[in-house]
Amino acid sequence: MAKLAISSEGPDLDEALDPRFGRAAGFIVVDPQTLEFDYLDNGLSQAMAQGAGIQAAEHVANSGAKTVLTGYVGPKAFMALQAAGIRVAQNLADMTVREAIEMYRNGKVKWARQPNRRGHGR
Amino acid sequence: MPEILVISGKGGTGKTSITAAFAHLAGDAVICDLDVDAPDLHLLLDPTIRQRHDFYAGHEAVIQPDRCCGCDICRQVCRFDAVRPGEPAPVIDPLRCEGCKVCVAFCPDNAIDFKSKHCGVWYTSDTRFGPMVHAQLFPGDENSGRLVALLRQRAKEIVKTNKKTLILSDGPPGIGCPVISALSGVDLAVIVTEPTPSGLHDLERIASLCDHFSLPVAVMVNKSDLSATMTRRIEVFCRERNHRVIASLPHDPDFVLAMVNGKAVTEYADGYSAQQIRQAWDTILSLFNGADSPKKNSVPQIGRRKAS
Amino acid sequence: MKVAIASGKGGTGKTTVSASLAASWQRPLVAVDLDVEAPNLHLFLRPEIHGDEKAYMEIPVADESKCNFCRACVDICQFKAISILGSVLMVFPEMCHGCGGCLAVCPEKALTPGQRELGHIIWGAAGSTGFLMGRLRVGEAMSPPLMRQVKARLNAMIQHAETDVVIDAPPGVSCPAVNAVMDADVIVLVTEPTPFGLYDVSLAYGAFLPLGKPMGIVINRAGLGEDTIYEFCRSKNLPIWAEIPFSRDIAAAYADGGIVAQASSELQLTFDELVESIIDAHAEHQEVLHA
Repeated sequence: MAKLAISSEGPDLDEALDPRFGRAAGFIVVDPQTLEFDYLDNGLSQAMAQGAGIQAAEHVANSGAKTVLTGYVGPKAFMALQAAGIRVAQNLADMTVREAIEMYRNGKVKWARQPNRRGHGR
Repeated sequence: MPEILVISGKGGTGKTSITAAFAHLAGDAVICDLDVDAPDLHLLLDPTIRQRHDFYAGHEAVIQPDRCCGCDICRQVCRFDAVRPGEPAPVIDPLRCEGCKVCVAFCPDNAIDFKSKHCGVWYTSDTRFGPMVHAQLFPGDENSGRLVALLRQRAKEIVKTNKKTLILSDGPPGIGCPVISALSGVDLAVIVTEPTPSGLHDLERIASLCDHFSLPVAVMVNKSDLSATMTRRIEVFCRERNHRVIASLPHDPDFVLAMVNGKAVTEYADGYSAQQIRQAWDTILSLFNGADSPKKNSVPQIGRRKAS
Repeated sequence: MKVAIASGKGGTGKTTVSASLAASWQRPLVAVDLDVEAPNLHLFLRPEIHGDEKAYMEIPVADESKCNFCRACVDICQFKAISILGSVLMVFPEMCHGCGGCLAVCPEKALTPGQRELGHIIWGAAGSTGFLMGRLRVGEAMSPPLMRQVKARLNAMIQHAETDVVIDAPPGVSCPAVNAVMDADVIVLVTEPTPFGLYDVSLAYGAFLPLGKPMGIVINRAGLGEDTIYEFCRSKNLPIWAEIPFSRDIAAAYADGGIVAQASSELQLTFDELVESIIDAHAEHQEVLHA
């Protein structure tokens, strides 16, 4: 089963989903069936002067995830994720990582065709 | 939670005075000074600093003379003309260094260090109008766009933890990196302009930038009695672009007097200008609370302070 | 001699002073607008435009068929302008600072030079005064690359002649502002006697002091606010080269695009004295340097 990457405020399934993609605290990379997961720290992207979104997209692509669940994805990160063949569900907020996985399993997430904000530096 | 940004393109139009007045009228906002190069809002709001943070961004190259063989490759590869001849080794001018690492990568002696750059400080503070985030970039440093993004992020966190209802920001001048960083994704840009050739010219440019980011815009004309002709041209421009003019303020000594007294205009006086600003603020609130919301799907309720 | 007109804060009258100074200058002169984000000098000098060129910065263009995915370009780029995602090589042109590092390190010539438009370089003449300006493209985030090109053009313009230069610098003390004044011989700081004006000019003074150039103050709207600016100048030994009184007539003349120096004979005298003060400060500094 293809893995999901979910932007997360911490290393646990019950952490809040981080609405930021590029400057998320980290990513939970999870198998949605078994709920086995790894935590990918994104601290270095957070501190970057520019290009945090692209950096985060690289992290996620290298993790093998084929799906991203998150809040806001900037245009450049979105292009990068698309290039890596990763599907994006965005505009998620006010929920835990576990709840986001549940939404995904119930087929309730919508796939984005374009970035939701013209981002810059966030 | 709406985020309102006050900008001007051109400096000196009264942007900061108006932001301070809005902060006074809102009463419940998280206040951001995003003009991190030349911040002035703190002069009116007198913040008590609660936390001080160092801001690091990017890197700078520094040649270590004891390891340098003097081959001159660094100077040849630098596109920013930052490497200056020197004894015993060339020197990198920190004001010109872009932090691109090309000289570091091409130095055959590994003689160039690449240090992260301490570019400024930022603060979270309390003011009589609510919490405030602000910063001071060191002179000559860039990456203020990143610092602006960082302040906005911090403001959003404060909104959450302190259960505030709105973010009110004083934006940077110009149309470059810090401005783009300040206005991406805000809910309303309030452009403060003045009826001068520069005011109109810069209004056109900043309005184009807002259009580029599909942002709702409201315009305030300050010192509107200086030139009836230019004021009319601004109004015509706004009508053509479908931007609403929410106030015309006269050239009023109250602005300077309030500033000298460290007060917001609306706090200092209740003259014509102060009343016009109150009306403009009510109009802004109605944009969010009323039917003609600037963004279709956001109808947040935000507070107001009654005239006292 | 190059004179930079700077101000810690926008809207203090930097462009007013630049335009009036240019109009009062007695020797051959080029007036340059380096406030490329908000260029306004032309609105007052109203030059006849002789040329208008687009300015570009060199950025990489990727040819994926030649890429061996060695990541050398990704590793050298400090600005995240190049990324390799799986088997896709991507360039993000607007992130690029134009350092040329990726082009230099690519072993397969998979990256070739391309262009990003920075804005326009415009030149002309206002009477006998040469004119040059940069205008940043709306949406372009970086102004220093365009400013560098305007300065290169300026140096070509004044190479063969004994020509002075008046530079209208960007406001503030950030990278672009320092960039504009660092090649000047004399710095004029324009401020106003208000708390904002004082605070911002003290930042500018601190920022420009290490450059070791003669500096002087022009107080615009004198009489408007308070007197602490005078104490500041005294304490820093900063000469006040001119004071332009606060008057509605001057403000209205400016609003109509007029040159303030020409508004009255007193003001013309003020600017003539400013020109003299600048020339004297420069000469004095040269003597100190050569002593």
